[in-house]
Amino acid sequence: MRVGILYSRIRRDEKLLLEELRDRGHDVEKIDVRKQRFGLESTTADVADLDIVVDRCLSTSRSLYATKFLDSYGVPVVNSPETGDVCADKAKNSLALAEADVPTPATEVAFTKEAAMEAIEEFGYPCVLKPIVGSWGRLMAKIDTRSAAEAILEHKETLGHYEHKVFYVQEFVDKPGRDIRVVAVDGEPVAAMTRSSEHWLTNAAKGGTTESFDLDDRALELVERASEAVGGGMLGVDLMEVGGEGSGEYTVHEVNHTVEFKALTEASDVDVPARVVDWLETKAEAFAADGGDAGGDSDGDTNAADDSTDADEVVA
Amino acid sequence: MTTDTDPVLAEDPITGEEIELPADVEVGEIIDSPVTGTELEVISLDPVTLEEAPELEEDWGE
Repeated sequence: MRVGILYSRIRRDEKLLLEELRDRGHDVEKIDVRKQRFGLESTTADVADLDIVVDRCLSTSRSLYATKFLDSYGVPVVNSPETGDVCADKAKNSLALAEADVPTPATEVAFTKEAAMEAIEEFGYPCVLKPIVGSWGRLMAKIDTRSAAEAILEHKETLGHYEHKVFYVQEFVDKPGRDIRVVAVDGEPVAAMTRSSEHWLTNAAKGGTTESFDLDDRALELVERASEAVGGGMLGVDLMEVGGEGSGEYTVHEVNHTVEFKALTEASDVDVPARVVDWLETKAEAFAADGGDAGGDSDGDTNAADDSTDADEVVA
Repeated sequence: MTTDTDPVLAEDPITGEEIELPADVEVGEIIDSPVTGTELEVISLDPVTLEEAPELEEDWGE
């Protein structure tokens, strides 16, 4: 098959994926989004005849817009822009999980520091303040006191990007020093690991240590439901064990849409890139059978090959 | 004669020193400079050219 990779950085994750695709004889078209333009009718990117495009953009905005444009040309793209839209925004993410009755930490959004302070006081201390867009544990605050809350809110309001004026306040979940990351494809787990740390943030990016984790039936069910809640795709589902390690009760705090898997590849016995490519092959076949609409929301009524034009004709 | 498993040599754009890259290096790949630890991006393969990688931005992540 002919696979497009949307990217602006080739990290270890992308290298693993490229290696696996090429080893299987697939034709790979690397699309550096920094060099492309996306018009209303077509793009400078060579997307003609692609059986599937995998979004590996590290930047949320690039990911959201590039996938949306490709989808509008009828190019099969995973994850879908709809999934990206929900996963990229923590508020939308929380709402989607809650609407699907997936247990998720109590969350409130407020738009002024006064309203945010009221939410914080109602949650009590400690509670958590997160940016609505962001990853790797950046700019996350565990708030222990009212004076800390006042300082953080003022800093965010004064210094922050406008998105930092959307205050996302969440209950503090007293997890057992670890959380669980599951990489799943359309709800089916590929592999899972725990991320442990003495620090309240356990992200691998923050130096948390990782270990393979066996999912029980409840976790399997929640991964499937959380995936469905955000529109499916290749996802990183993050769970915390409520009630302690091995309690079998979980809360899903986040679903990530351009998931990194290198840490999981190292922590588990599973060949994650191979499983991901298995899924891409199945997905591409399904797109072809459905005329470009394999489970996504694309209209599927146009074909990239038919619509692609020379770069000069692109509406910039 | 070189083979596809030979390491690739390139100039570190910050220090000017010659550095060794893996044979399977890709355009767009991010590598850590063995000299300074700075993130470098592979801009082209023929010849292999490196530039300092863009700073992480606020909306970057998974």
